[in-house]
Amino acid sequence: MEFDSHLPIYMQIMHVIKNRIVSGQLRGGDKLPSVRDLAKEFKVNPNTIQRCYQELERENLVFTQRGLGTFVTEDLEAIKTLKTKMAHELTQNFIEQMKKLGFAPQEIIKIISDRINRRHDDE
Amino acid sequence: MNKIVEIKNMTKKYFTKKALDNLSLEIDAGKIVGILGPNGSGKTTLIKILTGLLRQTEGEVFIDKHKVGVYTKSIVSYLPDRNFLYKWMRIEDAGQLFKDFYPDFDEQKFAELLAFMKLEKNMKIDTLSKGMMEKLNLSLVLARNAKLYILDEPIAGVDPVARDQILDAIINNYHENSSMLITTHLVRDMENILEEVVFLKEGKIVLTGDTETLRAEKGKQIDDIYKEVFASEEE
Repeated sequence: MEFDSHLPIYMQIMHVIKNRIVSGQLRGGDKLPSVRDLAKEFKVNPNTIQRCYQELERENLVFTQRGLGTFVTEDLEAIKTLKTKMAHELTQNFIEQMKKLGFAPQEIIKIISDRINRRHDDE
Repeated sequence: MNKIVEIKNMTKKYFTKKALDNLSLEIDAGKIVGILGPNGSGKTTLIKILTGLLRQTEGEVFIDKHKVGVYTKSIVSYLPDRNFLYKWMRIEDAGQLFKDFYPDFDEQKFAELLAFMKLEKNMKIDTLSKGMMEKLNLSLVLARNAKLYILDEPIAGVDPVARDQILDAIINNYHENSSMLITTHLVRDMENILEEVVFLKEGKIVLTGDTETLRAEKGKQIDDIYKEVFASEEE
């Protein structure tokens, strides 16, 4: 994985794991890879993964069971909230970029709805 | 936290020229630290002092709370940047040599590392490619249960597949009670496995810190910071 140079790596890996949780690749109660295995997957320092898991735990998205490993939260409500939050972030980014390109709110809505409808026709 | 390396105001002079100039450095247990700098910045001199091949002119050096000597040599596992095995040997002979030399050499671990690196015990040293040689040397060094591993340019001149295997082996053998000190020119390939970096320029530490913090502060990768710090250097 190529990392973005502007953000700490642990945050970027947190983002990948959140994506896996929200997309259902990782389900509530699933065991996360061990710190060492994930460090190998991303080719990063094991302490970077440790930090990433600690932060995810602080956000109540994962929990640790001593000696057993780290697991995805079983609180489906929390996963749903995360999904909504990530959608808001993506949308917010998109809107800001479109504004920078000079589009007005109404135009942005039209572009999105045209795009979604076209997608619908294709299917 | 337990400190594996403590260097206090160390200077190394070759006659009148200072190779290391009033250097102070501490490395905690469980850290993988990168020593970054161009040729002639003092990296090799620093390694030679830590491995007991050279003695500092001034200052103090402790490894696991001991002055460099017989004890520290027994707990420091060093990967030199050049070949140190005889051509007539097979890989198993190299393992035997290490077993004879170092009581902390773990044969089981060595066998696992060889399997991981896809190397066979009966391969002859003089038939190995550069990448295979590098993997063998690293397997020997990591198979020791040392407190401090010193890896001098561990991925220099190897292909991308071998590089990934070497990085995986380093991550696999990372242990929270020991430390690793890695020198490299290939900052981009290595920076994500380094927890701390030390930039060495003309024998002095010009920048040091936690890699994640440095990235956040400067908004740049360590590789770009490296280029910035050493931009005026002529190699």
